Amino acid sequence: MQEKECKMVRVISQKQLASDVYSLWLNVGDMVKHTKPGQFVSVYSKDGSRMLPRPISICEVAKATKAIRLVYRVVGEGTEEFSKLVSEDTVKIMGPLGNGYTLSDKKAILVAGGIGIPPMLQLAKELKKVEKTIVLGYKDSQTFLKDELERYGKVIVATEDGSVGVKGNVLDAIREEGIEGEVIYSCGPTPMLRALKVYAEEKGIEAQISLEEKMACGIGACLACVCQSKDVDEHSHVHNKRICKDGPVFDAREVEL
Amino acid sequence: MNTKVNLAGVELKNPVMEGSGTFGSGAEYSEFVDLNKLGAVVTKGVANVPWPGNPTPRIAETASGMLNAIGLQNPGIDVLIQRDIPFLKQFDTKIIVNVCGKTTEDYLEVVERLGDQPVDLLEINISCPNVKEGGIAFGQNPKAVEEITKAVKKVAKQPVIMKLSPNVTDITEMAKAAEAGGADVLSLINTLTGMKIDIYKQDFALANKTGGLSGPAIKPVAVRMVYQVANAVKIPIIGMGGIQTGEDAMEFILAGATAVAVGTANFNNPFATEQVAAGIESYMRQMGVDDIKDLIGKVK
Repeated sequence: MQEKECKMVRVISQKQLASDVYSLWLNVGDMVKHTKPGQFVSVYSKDGSRMLPRPISICEVAKATKAIRLVYRVVGEGTEEFSKLVSEDTVKIMGPLGNGYTLSDKKAILVAGGIGIPPMLQLAKELKKVEKTIVLGYKDSQTFLKDELERYGKVIVATEDGSVGVKGNVLDAIREEGIEGEVIYSCGPTPMLRALKVYAEEKGIEAQISLEEKMACGIGACLACVCQSKDVDEHSHVHNKRICKDGPVFDAREVEL
Repeated sequence: MNTKVNLAGVELKNPVMEGSGTFGSGAEYSEFVDLNKLGAVVTKGVANVPWPGNPTPRIAETASGMLNAIGLQNPGIDVLIQRDIPFLKQFDTKIIVNVCGKTTEDYLEVVERLGDQPVDLLEINISCPNVKEGGIAFGQNPKAVEEITKAVKKVAKQPVIMKLSPNVTDITEMAKAAEAGGADVLSLINTLTGMKIDIYKQDFALANKTGGLSGPAIKPVAVRMVYQVANAVKIPIIGMGGIQTGEDAMEFILAGATAVAVGTANFNNPFATEQVAAGIESYMRQMGVDDIKDLIGKVK
C-alpha cells in the first residue's frame, strides 16, 4: 500500500483554457505508475497561512513522460496561486489519492458538468475500445476540453445559456438525444449527480459518481469529508463513507445525496 | 543525548505525539511516518458506542489555521479494541486513547473497557467545542472538571490525562480543579471556538455554524496558557496548539510542557510529527543540551 507519495514536483507547463480554468502538467515521477482515472491529488500552497491542501482531480496521465495533468478552476486564493505556476517551478503534491472509477466493457455514458469534466479525459482514453457517448455540461460557450474529448468518442454538449449544443443541463441532453448506455461514469456538481442517481435508478443501470467535499488530510484520517452511505461504513461503523479514501467515486446506489 | 520524558510513570522515547483527531488511529499516516519514531500515538476520541458526527461541511480553512466541527465521529470502543489497539501494538511507541462521552457514565464505560487493554495512558476529552452534550460542558466549570476527573480516576487502570479547553476565563482554575480531582497529566489546549461566514453564500462556512480553531494562528495563545498552567500545578503538561516545527515545540517545552502534540500541521505536512521530533534533537545539539529535561519550564 506504499504507493501514495507526498513530494515536491516540477511544473512542465501551464496553459489557460477558459476565463477561470487552467491546465497544469506536472512531472511526478513514479507516481504515474499507480494512477487511475477518477483519482485526485492534494496540491499544497507555498503560503504557510494556507494550511490545507486543495484536492484536484487528475485529468490525464502520461506514463511515458511520468507526467500528470490537472485541469482546475480558480475559486480562491489557493487555486489563484497555482494558476501563476510556470515551467520549472516546483509545487508540493500528495497522491494518487482516492479509489478512481471501476472500468468495464459495458456500453458507457460519460456525464460531467463544469469542473467535473477533467477526469473524463483519462477515463475516455482508458475506455478506448468501449462504445461510449460523452455528455458535457457547461455554463456558456467556454467549452474547455471538449475538442480533446472528441478524439475518444461522440460528444454531446449542453450549455446553460444555450450558446452551444442543447440548452439546459446534461440530463436534458441525455433525454433529448436519446442517449443509451449500460453504465454511467460521472463527475460534477451535487445537484447533477443527484439527478443522475435518480435517472440511473429509473433505467436500472449502474452509475459511478464522483463526489466532492471540503477536505483536510486527504487520506481518510480526519473524517472531514464524509458522505451519507446506505450501508454501515467500515471505518467508523456509522453511515459515513470518507470521500477522500472510500471515494471519491461511489456506486450511486450506495450514497444518499 | 537524552530525549526521554516521563508522564506519570510512563516513559516516552521523545516528547512528540500527535493531537487527537488529526491522525485517526495512526493507520493512514503510517504510510508517511514511522510511528516507531514518535513518543506516543494518541487515538481519535472514542465513545462507548459509534458516533456519526456532524453534518458537512465540517471544516473551513482560515488564516494560518482551520476550523473544524467533525463532531467526534468515531466507531466506538469495540472497534478500537478489536482493530486500532492491535494495529498500534505493532509499533514501539506508547498508546494514548482519547476518550469522549455525552454523560459521566459514557466516559466511565469506555475507561472501564480499557482497563485490561495494552494502553499506556488515557486522555479524557472534556473540551470538545463541537458536540452539544458532554465534551466542553464538563470542561468549563471547575466543579464539573474536578468531579469528572475524580469519577474517571476511580475506575481508571491507566494514568489519566485531562484535556483542557481554552474557552474559559481562567484556564488555571480548570487545571487546578483537574489536579485536585487526581489527574496525573494535563493536556492543553483544545481548539478555540470560532466562526466563519461565507459572504457569497451568505451562510455559515460550517454546517455546525461554529467550529474549533486550530493551527499556527492559536500558537501564542497556547504557549501562554501552558506557561500559566505550568506555574499553577505540579503535574506534567502535554502542550499543543499550532506546532509545526521543532522550534515551535521548544517554545512549549521551555514554557513548561513535558511533552508536545502536533495536530493541524499533519494536514499541511504528513511528515510533521517525525520532523518535529528530529527538530527538537537538532535544537538540543545546537544549544549544547544533553537532556531534554533540563529545558522543561526553563523560561520562568
